[in-house]
Amino acid sequence: MSRLAALIARETTLAWGRGGGPLVALGFYAGVATFLPLAIGPQHDRLASIATGAAWVALALASLLSLERMFERDYEDGALDLLMLSPVPLELTCLVKCAGQWLATGAPLALGAPVAAIALGADPALSPLIFACALLGGIAFAFVGGIGAALSLGARRGGLLTAVIVLPLFVPPVIFGGGALANFAGGLPWTAGFAFLGAYAAAAVAFGPLAMAAACRNALS
Amino acid sequence: MHGPKNLPKSLDVRLISLLSIRGAAVRRGGRLLFEGVSLELAAGEACVLTGPNGSGKTSLLRAVAGLVRLEAGEVGFGGVDPADARGDLHLVGHADGLKAARTAREELTFWTRWGGGTDAAQREAAEALELVPLLDLEVRRLSAGQRRRLALARMLAAPRPLWLLDEPLSPLDARWREGFGAIMRRHLDGGGMILAAVHDPLPVATRSLELTA
Repeated sequence: MSRLAALIARETTLAWGRGGGPLVALGFYAGVATFLPLAIGPQHDRLASIATGAAWVALALASLLSLERMFERDYEDGALDLLMLSPVPLELTCLVKCAGQWLATGAPLALGAPVAAIALGADPALSPLIFACALLGGIAFAFVGGIGAALSLGARRGGLLTAVIVLPLFVPPVIFGGGALANFAGGLPWTAGFAFLGAYAAAAVAFGPLAMAAACRNALS
Repeated sequence: MHGPKNLPKSLDVRLISLLSIRGAAVRRGGRLLFEGVSLELAAGEACVLTGPNGSGKTSLLRAVAGLVRLEAGEVGFGGVDPADARGDLHLVGHADGLKAARTAREELTFWTRWGGGTDAAQREAAEALELVPLLDLEVRRLSAGQRRRLALARMLAAPRPLWLLDEPLSPLDARWREGFGAIMRRHLDGGGMILAAVHDPLPVATRSLELTA
């Protein structure tokens, strides 16, 4: 247990420091959210109708930012070798790495999501659901993103490759979460979309580490 | 004389006490590095791997650690499952896994916990390698030799029977080569095993195995 506690503390501090940490991710998030109204035009109705969707897109892009170096640094400096030389299964190590990543970037971004959506004109009554969706979506982004980060180990421009691998896998949570929010705003039943989002996040937590561990072993051998 | 003050007198019987490599071959990037390499190492024994650059010394160490797949042959640990044996060995190589932006103390503490060592063992390891005055420095401020001593301290902080060392002496000065020699002797006297890839001889009695390119 003390091994895993030490690992999650290390991963969280490393993720916090990676690429400037949650403040830079939040800044990037705010930047994308500000960019959209400038590109689309200031009509309030049009903006309000895309507000929650825009917040999702910004969240997915901001999650990508710090994903790139999640395994890459440990791979380059040899720490991944030493993490493997342990009674702890590599799958569990990968799970804890993703949890650290989510704690350092996903959770702070979830706090920022309702703020960005409201700033774009979303109904403030939506904010608890936006927060809950962003929290679950962030878990899915961290665990699915970890697969991309592990698969692109050793590749040149690994960050770009990670984005190409991972963006299609970010689509389901965006659809489920966006659907739940649109239905909620329209007074329609929204729990199904939210439940699918939760299921996707749970599946990512369950299966992601298996894929990451296999990708790490393959990169090292 | 430097060296660890209190290493465990004998290692736990549950741990591996035998390393046997039989007919090992490793292929890297389509090229066969070596084949038919066999070696037995019992508790208290050390062996050095010699050979020109690119002859596969590092790959053999990594294969013993289970990080590189063998093309042929096998690595055994006296009946212990190789997956369990991974928790019983230390690997110190050029890529030392230390994060430049973290302090020596943060790194030593993490790797001690990860290796299952105690706080007391960590303190003793830091004293044995004279790292105490350096602990609050970021790893990037350490010299190559100090950094290597920090990497070696991890092995004492979380004792494991088998040490796989890749050029362990190269960044160390003469005084620390001797100091680490004393540490290695203690490890062997306590029933440990050492397999090391070297260009210069180790300051402990060893057998040697030459890999030819």
